[in-house]
Amino acid sequence: MNRNVQLLWNGLIPENPIFRLALSMCPAVAVTTSVENGLMLGLAVIFVQVFSSCTVAMFRSYIHPRIRIPAYVIVIALWVTVIDMILPVISPDVYKKVALFVKLIVVFAIIISRLELFASKEPLVPSFFDGLGMGLGFTFGLVVIGAIRELFGTGKLFGIDVFDSGPLLIMILPAGGFFVIGFLMGLFNWIEYKLTGKIPTSGGAH
Amino acid sequence: MWTVSATLMPVLLLSIYNFGLRSLILTVISVVSCVVIEAICQKVMGRKVSVSDGSAVLTGILMAFVIPPGVPYYLPIIGAFAAIFIAKELMGGIGYNVWNPALVGRAFLQAAFPVAITTAWIPPEQLAKAPITVFLSPGSVDAISTATPLGVLKQFGMAALTDQFGSLSSIYYNFFIGFKPGCIGETSGLLILLGGLFLIFRGIITWHIPVATIVSAGFMAWLIGGPSIGTGNPIVHVFSGGLMLGAFYMCTDYVTSPTLKSAQIIFGAGVGILTVLIRVKGGYPEGVCYAILLMNCLTPALDDWFQPKRFAPPKAAPVAASK
Repeated sequence: MNRNVQLLWNGLIPENPIFRLALSMCPAVAVTTSVENGLMLGLAVIFVQVFSSCTVAMFRSYIHPRIRIPAYVIVIALWVTVIDMILPVISPDVYKKVALFVKLIVVFAIIISRLELFASKEPLVPSFFDGLGMGLGFTFGLVVIGAIRELFGTGKLFGIDVFDSGPLLIMILPAGGFFVIGFLMGLFNWIEYKLTGKIPTSGGAH
Repeated sequence: MWTVSATLMPVLLLSIYNFGLRSLILTVISVVSCVVIEAICQKVMGRKVSVSDGSAVLTGILMAFVIPPGVPYYLPIIGAFAAIFIAKELMGGIGYNVWNPALVGRAFLQAAFPVAITTAWIPPEQLAKAPITVFLSPGSVDAISTATPLGVLKQFGMAALTDQFGSLSSIYYNFFIGFKPGCIGETSGLLILLGGLFLIFRGIITWHIPVATIVSAGFMAWLIGGPSIGTGNPIVHVFSGGLMLGAFYMCTDYVTSPTLKSAQIIFGAGVGILTVLIRVKGGYPEGVCYAILLMNCLTPALDDWFQPKRFAPPKAAPVAASK
């Protein structure tokens, strides 16, 4: 398989940021009360991740290793500022709900860990695909969690009524977020066990 | 486990007298769904199916006893899922659960259906006279709902309590016998006390946890329950809500309570103090459920802090040297 495709696939399933690496769990619990919120934040993260990875990959020989973390933060902050200005123009309503977390993308663990582990060592093109894969994987996770929580918590999907018999309020509370993420992680582990026959080790061990 | 369940049967009978057949139906649904879910879980997880040990039955009874009698019939099924699947089988099965399964089910229901679980109270001895159709409707019965003593006490104070439930002596009498609005199995202090004494007499539980819980809750209620320090009414607090049921049947769960007697007294005292703190200072009118769940978290630490005394002499120490 082409390495770039492999990097893309790697971020989506085998090293999914939420279900495998267990990074950026705080926004994964906090904003996933509906599909729309999860999708919007996911798109913002794809944008920031891709552009930050490309920027760091291009300038990686100029960044002194000792000050790399502050430099990465400045790069991420730059792209977060850009998306923070674009998003309210595209969709003001959703921006109101995710505004706080869009600003907090600066400190999302997933972005800085990809810069540190990948973009600082690899050239531009693989870094682009790694960033895109990780962003897509994060969006995939947020959308799945958001869909389950919205469906069971409010009986709706994308704001459209699906069923209306006694929704479980706990699903849109933070506790429900933890339950859903825990069960999905277990599901991922189970699928991997069935496919490979090996008991999965903790995903975050790089 | 079967003996414990058997001692709860008089409580169920009184509840049927108080709140009508609805409480029996809810209890049966709860027990059946607990047993079925446990059997399915153990089958799927490849464990030995052990529903005949009676622990799932007891969990079902206790969970039904701490939900109001007017809730919809599907509620205990969802609660049983949380209690058996999440709190028991996912933790590793019986013996490995950190929290009391029945109370996890109740806490899950409280978070999932906050309206149904806090408003579906039924005044005692009225539903027994209601038409049979009330029991057949699967929805919640809110047409004849009322408020619990603790809810009245929390919102309106002691004067409103005596207004609604009669003079202080009749409050004592009714609350002790069990004629008051409340959850299905928590109303009767007398029957729970008798059942608990029987369990202590048979050596199934010891007196340490219940006594510590009730004494500390009474003391705390006297201390902070009234308008000023030391003017609260301990008897009203001890005999309302689920304190008696919690003290005798839920705190004393073998798996989730500490082993050593001294640790058990600390455990019980913690439950009593937290219960009254949540009731008086917290946002909820009733706090037994959360108090027990919180102290369950401390059980491993209590077991660690209170190690049993070692009777064998320490290694390499001269045995005859002491004294």
